Amino acid sequence: METSGLIYIAGALMMGLGALGAAIGIGNLGGKYMEGIARQPELIPMLRTQMFIVLGLVDAVPMISVGIAFYLLFAVA
Amino acid sequence: MAAGAQTGSEYIKHHLTNLTFGRDSDGVWRLAETAQEAQEMGFYAIHLDSMGWSIGLGLIFIFLFSMVARKASAGIPSGLQNGIEIIIEFIDSNVKDTFSHKNKLIAPMALTAFVWVLLMNLMDLVPVDWVPKLFDLGGVHYMKIVPTTDPNVTMGMSLSVFFLALFFSIKNKGIGGFVGELTLHPFSSKNLIVKIILIPINLFLEGVSLLAKPISHGLRLFGNLYAGEMIFILIALLPLYAQWTLSVPWAIFHILVIVLQAFIFMVLMVVYMNMAHETGDH
Repeated sequence: METSGLIYIAGALMMGLGALGAAIGIGNLGGKYMEGIARQPELIPMLRTQMFIVLGLVDAVPMISVGIAFYLLFAVA
Repeated sequence: MAAGAQTGSEYIKHHLTNLTFGRDSDGVWRLAETAQEAQEMGFYAIHLDSMGWSIGLGLIFIFLFSMVARKASAGIPSGLQNGIEIIIEFIDSNVKDTFSHKNKLIAPMALTAFVWVLLMNLMDLVPVDWVPKLFDLGGVHYMKIVPTTDPNVTMGMSLSVFFLALFFSIKNKGIGGFVGELTLHPFSSKNLIVKIILIPINLFLEGVSLLAKPISHGLRLFGNLYAGEMIFILIALLPLYAQWTLSVPWAIFHILVIVLQAFIFMVLMVVYMNMAHETGDH
């Protein structure tokens, strides 16, 4: 009983903190992208590719934590 | 939901277990009957499903592309040829942007990595119960059809990239250049004694960043696809009439993840290769 409760808290922390970090990161990234294309609209195609690469890099971390958290919550707990 | 008498957690564990062939505790080579047995086989085991699906998809890629290449016409291209030309031009322009040295191997390798990883990731969109159920009827109880949700596959690929990068590094910079890069960077000094003192610190920092590359490269792909598969399995636990409300949006979002992760795997590979070819100032 005690351990399964702790697993729920672990899952919550994992998802919450992972989402928090990635939200800040992606918010920053999107904001800077908008600023960049507002200044130089001719760079849109180049910047878009680069943005998606970084987006994928940032996005990986919370997705992994969500996966592991779900595994903890539904398969272990 | 095909769980039947299984509980939710058993269903999840069943779907996350590979078809393992290996040497059990008695020294007999056979298929593992349970996840527990697969665990106990340890190092002397092979995941038949991951190997089979990944090699099969690799063969599909090779035959499809070579067939189109043989029949390619300079006139108006057919639909398939058009699609493949788009992929090749896309990879070509990306490699030209990131890779600034001379090596004939890199672009074909990037194409292979991209299309192969993309095909393996696409297996994630096949409903989670179809293929395992089919194999279950044929008497095979475990079947995981997405090879990239198996860390052995992704780490195998990222380690191959890593060793190739080491090979090109040593080939282009020489042993001295390679060791110098690891020991005289990022902290450097004009004074010889300070330089020698700084060697272990540099070696530690550069060593960590060198080893972190293949690990993050492989685990990124694995983690994304594993999480995606995990969520699909959880959705499959819902009652049948309610599944589409979650699985359709997640599948649509997952299409983005699938292509993006294949693309990122390819880009990182080219970037590492580019770093291995840098013979510049340091």
